[in-house]
Amino acid sequence: MRFMIMVKATAMSESGAMPEESLMAVMGAYHEELAKAGVLLDATGLQPSSKGWRIQYSQGQRRVIDGPFAETKELLAGYTLIQVRSREEAMEWARRFPAPFGEHADGEIEVRQLFELDDFEPGPSVDRFRELDAARR
Amino acid sequence: MAVNSAATHRAIEAVWRIESAKVVACVARMVRDVGVAEELAQDALVAALEHWPEHGVPDNPGAWLMTTAKNRALDRLRQDVLHARKREELGRDLDAQEAHLVPDFVDALDAAREDDIGDDLLRLVFTACHPVLSTDARVALTLRLLGGLTTDEIARAFLVPEPTIAQRIVRAKRTLTAAKVPFEVPRADARAVRLASVLEVIYLIFNEGYSATAGDDWMRPALCEEALRLGRVLAGLVPDESEVHGLVALMEIQASRIHARVDAQGRPVLLLDQDRSRWDLLLIRRGFAALERAQALGGATGPYALQAALAACHARAHTPEQTDWAQIVALYDVLAQVRPSPVVELNRAVAVGMAFGPAAALEIVDVLAADAALANYHWLPSVRGDLLAKLGRKDEARAEFERAAAMTRNARERELLLERARGGTG
Repeated sequence: MRFMIMVKATAMSESGAMPEESLMAVMGAYHEELAKAGVLLDATGLQPSSKGWRIQYSQGQRRVIDGPFAETKELLAGYTLIQVRSREEAMEWARRFPAPFGEHADGEIEVRQLFELDDFEPGPSVDRFRELDAARR
Repeated sequence: MAVNSAATHRAIEAVWRIESAKVVACVARMVRDVGVAEELAQDALVAALEHWPEHGVPDNPGAWLMTTAKNRALDRLRQDVLHARKREELGRDLDAQEAHLVPDFVDALDAAREDDIGDDLLRLVFTACHPVLSTDARVALTLRLLGGLTTDEIARAFLVPEPTIAQRIVRAKRTLTAAKVPFEVPRADARAVRLASVLEVIYLIFNEGYSATAGDDWMRPALCEEALRLGRVLAGLVPDESEVHGLVALMEIQASRIHARVDAQGRPVLLLDQDRSRWDLLLIRRGFAALERAQALGGATGPYALQAALAACHARAHTPEQTDWAQIVALYDVLAQVRPSPVVELNRAVAVGMAFGPAAALEIVDVLAADAALANYHWLPSVRGDLLAKLGRKDEARAEFERAAAMTRNARERELLLERARGGTG
């Protein structure tokens, strides 16, 4: 089963400032542990929302809104994707996740389990989604 | 034991899964016996099961388990010295001896060489896959010591009674002790052969989960995932060995098709008939990356890297029609030289048929038909029948399909072959 460890954004991550060397080292060591244990699938940091945009859907209309966005805590600053054997194992790895912005800075991570396509009942819309998935390749 | 919550137990189990291989490996370096090391590691687990539900899971549960197991190992070594029986053996290992004389010293040493956990793990890998053990024993021991699986889980995965696996593991450990197998990474001259044995074991575990259509549905995919995880771990331990990356690439790409390999009724679906939208893009991408690493290390012609490259050809094609059959033929040409076998040759013939037409393929297959090794291999008449049918030689084709149908043990396959014999498209 796969889990995504999501790092919530902060004012610092939203400012676009690069993390300090020491934090990079701690994060690097943690991800190296994940890789050594054979559970790391993917990980990356995200650029600030000022470089992104949103599309809002409302009453049949869609509207593009450029970043940055104010409600920092709802934004993501990065994610780590792991494949583990149980929910508890994901919990244990998450417990070991370094404080994302340094030991003394506030931060928050959130862990969510991924749906596998097999979790859905077969149906035309799921098949359609798979086709889109394949087209992306 | 105090009131233990099920949640704490599951948490301990998860920590154990993560830490057990490292603990066993580290203790095995101290006591020079994987059987004893596993016992001591188990003692540490039992201690955790006693303490943690009452006092809470420690901040660094891995270190707790490691320290507890190491202390048990030191106790054990002290006893052994008292009995003076192992004095000579201890002398062989400076670390262990100094650990006994100056217990603090070993901690300092370990702090200085934290990365040696990797070395210990590698020793454990090579020991669990040692050639003195039967293949079955290697597989069971690897899952037990490196995967941290229980004997019950291994038994469920292999569809054998639990005592069979328990006994297999006990015997394997005894064999290692009796043969005085050193707890070490093999030296340069033996390394290639020994590494091949390790890769074989990992791929066997993968295939056990991948190719079987019967069995415990829960444990089978778990075997694939565990083999893949072990492969990734090994790739980290020996990053310069191209064939390890080749094997990882092969497993990642094959695993990407797991959900497309059976239809809604649980029947197997052949590669070219699979719904490619069900292939896992993340695993394919990881497979490509591992294959590139293998090739960058100069390992493009390793047997696993070649098989991975073949799998990659299919993964790259969005539809079966887009398959680069000429490239597949070229890869099979190399594989047939590196690892010649009638089965590889038959696969090559199929690819030649797709790339250059049935007549060219039939020439290869006709040579193979004389090979005794394939006398009971139903794919041979099946492939031959297919080629004959494409050439319009209907009567000969029918005879081949009927022959193939009589040879297969799979009812579903027999049905398909008989349908083809009757002239259906099958």
